[in-house]
Amino acid sequence: MANNDSGYIKKVLPSKIGKIGLILFIIGAVTGLYGYIFDPSRAVFSYLTSFWFLLSIAVGSLLLVAIEYAASATWSTPFRRMSEFLASSIPLLIILVIPLLLSIQYLFVWSHTDVVANDHMLQAKSVFLNTPFFSVRVIVILLIWSLFYYLIIRNSRQQDNSGDQALTKNNIKLSIIFIPLFAISLTLQSIDWIMSLETKWFSTMFGVYLFAGATCSALAALAFISVLLKEKGYFHPKITKDHFYSLGTLMFVFICFWGYIAFSQYMLIWYGNLPEETFWFMQRWEGGWKFVSLFIIFGHFIVPFATLLSHPSKTNLKKLKFISIWILAMHFIDLYWLIMPSMHGNGLHYSFSWMDISFLAASVGIIIFMFNKMFERYNLIPVKDPKLQRGLDFHL
Amino acid sequence: MARSNNLHSVAAIFDTPNKIIKAAEKVRDEGYNKFDVNTPYPLHGMDKAMGLSSSKVGFVTLFCGLFGGSFILLFMWWTLAKNYQLFIGGKPFFALPAFIPITFEITVLIGAVSTFIALIAVFFKLPFNNHPLHDTDYMKTVSVDKYGIYITTEDPKFDKEKIISLFKSLGAVSTDLIYLPKQEKFSMFNLKFVLFLIFVAVGTSGSTYLLLNKLMYITPFDWMEFQEKYTPQETSLFFGDRRSMRTPVDGTVAKGFIPYPYKGIANPTEVLSNPTIPTEDLLKMGKKKYLTFCSPCHGNFAEGDSRLNGQFPNGPTLHSDKIIKYSDGMLYHIITNGQNAMPAYDLQITRHERWAIVDYIRVLQRAKNAKNSDLVEIKKESTTNGQ
Repeated sequence: MANNDSGYIKKVLPSKIGKIGLILFIIGAVTGLYGYIFDPSRAVFSYLTSFWFLLSIAVGSLLLVAIEYAASATWSTPFRRMSEFLASSIPLLIILVIPLLLSIQYLFVWSHTDVVANDHMLQAKSVFLNTPFFSVRVIVILLIWSLFYYLIIRNSRQQDNSGDQALTKNNIKLSIIFIPLFAISLTLQSIDWIMSLETKWFSTMFGVYLFAGATCSALAALAFISVLLKEKGYFHPKITKDHFYSLGTLMFVFICFWGYIAFSQYMLIWYGNLPEETFWFMQRWEGGWKFVSLFIIFGHFIVPFATLLSHPSKTNLKKLKFISIWILAMHFIDLYWLIMPSMHGNGLHYSFSWMDISFLAASVGIIIFMFNKMFERYNLIPVKDPKLQRGLDFHL
Repeated sequence: MARSNNLHSVAAIFDTPNKIIKAAEKVRDEGYNKFDVNTPYPLHGMDKAMGLSSSKVGFVTLFCGLFGGSFILLFMWWTLAKNYQLFIGGKPFFALPAFIPITFEITVLIGAVSTFIALIAVFFKLPFNNHPLHDTDYMKTVSVDKYGIYITTEDPKFDKEKIISLFKSLGAVSTDLIYLPKQEKFSMFNLKFVLFLIFVAVGTSGSTYLLLNKLMYITPFDWMEFQEKYTPQETSLFFGDRRSMRTPVDGTVAKGFIPYPYKGIANPTEVLSNPTIPTEDLLKMGKKKYLTFCSPCHGNFAEGDSRLNGQFPNGPTLHSDKIIKYSDGMLYHIITNGQNAMPAYDLQITRHERWAIVDYIRVLQRAKNAKNSDLVEIKKESTTNGQ
């Protein structure tokens, strides 16, 4: 049941979009490079935060694509291409991770052999946390993600030309393999990159916490871009408020999930009251971090929850656009809050740096640039997907 | 159910969801507004087809949920932090993180239950508990596999023939006339109904009580009431002397207790030597204990001029030559053992505290017998400190 008459007309974004992305990336990269030469130990923390911002949007988008296939969802089929475009920076992560791997000694206490030699706990952990194993693990996981990105997206694009329904079946199989792999690999990545910054701290919920944040931000990025394209008339005319209602509901669900996980992690540690766990939250309650912690509770949970609660607000495109940008900003602040207070491990004291902004600009630039590039080359809608017609006809 | 001749509504049954949506749109466009649609499952797009505005029942959920949440939070604050403060795991009395799961659950519970009750109240028009559509063939069909629509006589444009022909033109499988039941309304406060409810409530609870508590009583949790242990003073069948409380083996010493070897000897030939080093903290403690236990008889400065003078045997001054010449061990022995009218203090004052009192008595004696040369030394100290 191939659909040649889906009613989609291919358009090209104004050329300034790609330029904006490129300029943002160049400004961010040049100032970031200058910062790295000037103060490498501070710059790597900024780099790590922005790297995770890019990673969580990209991998979260790939997860959304996989969920769409695995659940055979119809309403989201017209949106799937946008998630695919957002996921297109996954292969870039393999290149972007190299500077981080080269400056492991600035990030992690466990990479200093002299410190490990005098610390029994770090010695016990060194079986897992040592530089060679760490690097191999990170690279292998990024390769697995890139492989699945390549396979799933290749099938999806081939279908645009051939209309072969077997490709959808293949992608369903691939997605079902990818989802559990994603769960394990994202947990490993979050433990490696963020939890091991505070080498002696552990929380079993940490991986789920970052998964919730990544999915929130991927959905927010999808919502923001789709609303923008809908408003400017680039999106399919049959996309109605009912589609955006479903998207808003999914975002609402993951905001609640994030709140649930964040609170559960906090409450278990608060209730257990063990000094080896509580110190992590105590650090984030000292000085100005107290206000950041409170702001995250309100900004990452209560504000989006209250905004998206009612039925009309989920179909209101302006509100949806505002709240998706808000969630993206909150996700960055959340990552910042996770990473920055752990800086003291190498004897550094936290202070705000302009590098935080330059690396963020670079990662946003990469997202915009890649999206624009993909938009030029491929259809915005999977035109011959067997589920597309049902997806376009979807109504509440 | 017996039906009267009064018409309630004209109903029609359709085969497919698309037809019923089209029918609803048409009925709405014709200007009818007292009509409703019954389907076996929720149909997407029906709200729009019927021209319904968004449901107000969400506000019931919102307000009842908020009420439930704030009520339970206040309740926990009142019970755990205000009225009966309970210390749990070193947490503050008002332990907000621990209260959040409960607040969440109660919010959801009250919100859901109140929504359910509100829907029933609106649908049945409580206190009435019946709807004219109940027990009709129409309702039996549309709750299985067909889609139905009906227009009631309350509609200002109601015209039986016109409506039937409208339904037929829309492709209805069958049309149906629904009459009101003979007894139009069944009130929830009908005497028979209320008596029946009371009978059921009393009967159920009474028979349950009799059955469980009288006929087949089983203690629900008895593992705390009956434990495998002896309580104090209980008879034991195991030991020959029938005592469950065993006497300790001869020579047993309580943990932390060091026996005093000269106990009960009035004039010991040898005594212990002072094991303490008089630090400032120790002397402060000695002063405190001295003022508590010794000063009532010996006076605040050990001059035998206590506030109980005349009401009690007078305590002697501790500044006499005899007592100054006593060894520390002898003073300790007197405190521990008592002397003449003075009782033994070994049960009230610990070993360490007794030595501290001895040291403090030495301080008092030294202070009482200060010499002029001491003043010079004090002056020296103050001038060196001043520089």
